[in-house]
Amino acid sequence: MPSSQPREDHVPHGAEVTSTTGASHGPARLDREFTVKARSQGHLILRRFLRHKLAVASLFVFIAVVLFAFAGGAFWHYSYDQLTPDISAPPSLRHPFGTDSTGMDLMAMVMRGTQRSLEIALFVALTATGVGTVYGAIAGYYRGVFDTFMMRFVDLVLTFPTIAVAAILGAQVGASAGSWFFIGIILAALTWPIVARVVRGSVLSLREKEFIEAAHALGARDRRIIFGHLVPNVMGPVIVSVTILVAGAILSETGLSFIGFGVLPPDTSLGLLVSQAQTAVSTRPWLFYFPGAFIILIVLSINFIGDGLRDAFDPTTTRVRS
Amino acid sequence: MSTEATAATPAADETADETADVLVVEDLTVSFPTDDGLVQAVRGVSYRLREREILGIVGESGSGKSVTSMAIMGLLPRSARITGSIRFRGQELLGLREKELNRFRGSKIAMIFQDPMTSLNPVHTIGYQVAEAIRAHNDVPKAQARRRAVELLDAVGIPNPGQRVDSYPHELSGGVRQRVVIAIAMANRPDVIIADEPTTALDVTVQSQVLDALRTARQETGAAMVLITHDLGVVAGQADRVLVMYAGKPVEIGDVEDIYYRPRMPYTLGLLGSVPRLDASRSQRLLPILGSPPSLLNLPAGCPFTPRCPIAQDWCETEEPVLMDATSPRHSAACHFSENLAGVRPHDLYAPTSADARTPDRPDRPPAEAPTGKGNLP
Amino acid sequence: MSAYAVRRLLISIPVLLISTFLVFLMVSLSGDPLDDLRARQPPPPESVLLAQAHELRLDQPLLERYWNWISGIPHGDFGPSVQNINIGTEMWVRFGVTIRLVLLAVLLAAIIAGVVGVVSAAKQYSPLDYTLTGLGFLFLAMPVFWFAILLKQLAVNINLQTGHSIFYTIGDRSIETTGGLGARIADIAGHLILPTIVLAITSFASWSRFNRASMLEVLGSDYVRLARAKGLPRRQVLVRHALRTALAPMVTVMSLDFAAFFSGAIVTETVFQWHGMGDLLLTSIRLRDVYPVLAWLLIAGSAVILMNLIADLLYAALDPRIRYA
Repeated sequence: MPSSQPREDHVPHGAEVTSTTGASHGPARLDREFTVKARSQGHLILRRFLRHKLAVASLFVFIAVVLFAFAGGAFWHYSYDQLTPDISAPPSLRHPFGTDSTGMDLMAMVMRGTQRSLEIALFVALTATGVGTVYGAIAGYYRGVFDTFMMRFVDLVLTFPTIAVAAILGAQVGASAGSWFFIGIILAALTWPIVARVVRGSVLSLREKEFIEAAHALGARDRRIIFGHLVPNVMGPVIVSVTILVAGAILSETGLSFIGFGVLPPDTSLGLLVSQAQTAVSTRPWLFYFPGAFIILIVLSINFIGDGLRDAFDPTTTRVRS
Repeated sequence: MSTEATAATPAADETADETADVLVVEDLTVSFPTDDGLVQAVRGVSYRLREREILGIVGESGSGKSVTSMAIMGLLPRSARITGSIRFRGQELLGLREKELNRFRGSKIAMIFQDPMTSLNPVHTIGYQVAEAIRAHNDVPKAQARRRAVELLDAVGIPNPGQRVDSYPHELSGGVRQRVVIAIAMANRPDVIIADEPTTALDVTVQSQVLDALRTARQETGAAMVLITHDLGVVAGQADRVLVMYAGKPVEIGDVEDIYYRPRMPYTLGLLGSVPRLDASRSQRLLPILGSPPSLLNLPAGCPFTPRCPIAQDWCETEEPVLMDATSPRHSAACHFSENLAGVRPHDLYAPTSADARTPDRPDRPPAEAPTGKGNLP
Repeated sequence: MSAYAVRRLLISIPVLLISTFLVFLMVSLSGDPLDDLRARQPPPPESVLLAQAHELRLDQPLLERYWNWISGIPHGDFGPSVQNINIGTEMWVRFGVTIRLVLLAVLLAAIIAGVVGVVSAAKQYSPLDYTLTGLGFLFLAMPVFWFAILLKQLAVNINLQTGHSIFYTIGDRSIETTGGLGARIADIAGHLILPTIVLAITSFASWSRFNRASMLEVLGSDYVRLARAKGLPRRQVLVRHALRTALAPMVTVMSLDFAAFFSGAIVTETVFQWHGMGDLLLTSIRLRDVYPVLAWLLIAGSAVILMNLIADLLYAALDPRIRYA
């Protein structure tokens, strides 16, 4: 890349020019220097995100899916546990997604399943992000033996296949009703190390920066430096890893429900719906395709949103498009 | 590379002249589309490089020095928009496909980059990287290329080349690495070597070693050289001719004596005034050029140096001066007032910074007042 | 290099030991294996419960139980099982079935990721790049089980249409194999095709995206610029300089995902009805059979640690800066 190519970071530099030349030449020639308007950091991030058209479209899709899952039930005339007289009906106006062999309306079930899957995924993402951020920030801030010890534990947790461990633990709690909360806790317990790693990495480089030194010099306490200075500055990578966690949690939960250790009937989730449709792929394909398509839609849109956020927070990863 | 190029066929008298010129750059412009608009990094650069000549190109960062040489090597990103003409011994290089360009790169025109810490691939030995340059243009067996690599490393003054050839870049110091890069540049006896700030990233103590290696490279290959730098001291010691660039355009070009002793452009004067000199009396302060170069994005009309220029007049804001013969046909400058600058020295135009101005040896110059140079001028 | 390997190996051993204890703790505390027995109607007599508890070493304190478990492993004794199997022998057979799927899928995914990453980076913002990136995102979003069922159904349909069994869709091998060793290997390979594709396709995308990003970073580096300035052919710049340098970080990213391959294998094996480690794990969990579950975690964990070790050594081999550090 040519060194002469100005980017947004030229803005403060332009301002500096004005002040120095202004002193010797008066205000008449001021406006020559300002060819780029100054923008705030948040404004820049938002602007860069909005430029990522696919990410913006995905955000709308994701919001639509959330509304469909959580508010759709209020407007739909069937419930997920309600038997209808139409048995194994293909998609129609009455049953847009069709019905299963017992006459359950698939659209109602997909709404419910999406709701469960989203609840679990968001719960996992928020919990794991919270725990992982604090853990990673502390490890990265204190470094040394303490850090090595903490990160070895992280490595250890990541050594075990998520679905296996979740199935083992889930077998205990899965039997009890209202279990989505426990599944969320189990998945969060297995995924927070991902965030911890990201945060530690960023904190390790941040803690060498001058503003942290300045905070030290001012006598700030460790706690204040970690939570007041370091954590806010790693928000970019953290927000991006939230999207990775949500996507991962949806896939883990559906996988877990598929092998029978996640959400159990009479409740339902997208993974469970696919599992139940396994034998019906050729006879009643809609039962298989609709829940699967919803999983893909959710994960795809979250991944695109994450991609847009990554670019918005860290423009150096993308080059100028021609 | 997208060339909306005006690869104009050179006129008859020009071609005759070109036999002595290895490299001709004509009206080169380079711009980059960005989110905020078009950045005009190079806005019309022309120069001729004669056989064995050293042309120094000086200017601040962002003046388009490096972009010009990247354009010659065809190394600009694909988004760059390039127009004009770059001819090597009469052969147009702009618009050549990568494959055709590779016949020139490294074998006819070689390049040395600024930062030796990043110019060598960390995963290959330096011997491999030198030999690779040789084998790219010569069909020789590996063992032979390696022997030649050892010779080249020896030539640029790397001690123990037989052993060093198997070292990885991270095992070597910056000075040694830059000499490896120089060895790579001379590997195929090129006709032109472009050195882009070859000493800037190095410690002052190793700079002279690298300059020596550069001299060796030139003597061994007989190449002409484009020496890009912002260090006028380096240029004075090496170059035959000097091109001064500002805001993507040449503002003055001439023999090294012309530039140093008969400058005709306020910016050149400013550069000269900001160089520390051993022969100057201790009381003489360095003279800074206030301000920074303009943003190359949406550059307004007029002379881009106007906001920083001590002799600027109103019409400088509207009309950009072109390069005109100054003291001789070989020396031209781009300033509306270049004739008035005859005999003007840097301290006539530029004042020390306000902190310095209060020193007792210059009681006649109150700090806040405008520079006094204007007095002699219209 | 060998010193580095030994050092890495020595670090892995305590990690493995600690992990066995954590695994034991987790499984022991997560539930009572006798719950199902107690819940039976009519309730079994107390003597039966006590005998079962003794059989499963539940009458021993936790630490003693751990010691008895861990000290038996070197002798091939992985503890008692309610399924009346020798856990060691059974797990060994199952491991062989699963590991060939996992390793093959890792290999296939790595190759696809390498090729896709290089092509995408070299043709950045071209229609090909957009297509590959789009497909990558799609596969990244696709649940393993859904894609497995889809592919299985597709294969079944092809088999039905053509009237020949072109694809094997059930099991890890045919129940009755005729012919010699060659035929048996061909049979196993045939059964591997679909599951390997499933596992590789649903995993490669995150790697290829990473590879593309690091390729782009390397392609913008000074040393690639110098390589181009030397007049090297584009292909050589891409492979010898860009890919060669981008490989090391890619190996690290890959090593982080090895555990996920075992997760994926469990699901894939379920769909294709393999008798691999996944099947044994799920059966054991359902039966609350603690010791096979422990053995499973131990073996999968060890495999992941071993694969990480290999990845570390590979990284060192690829990056001279680590080798000598």
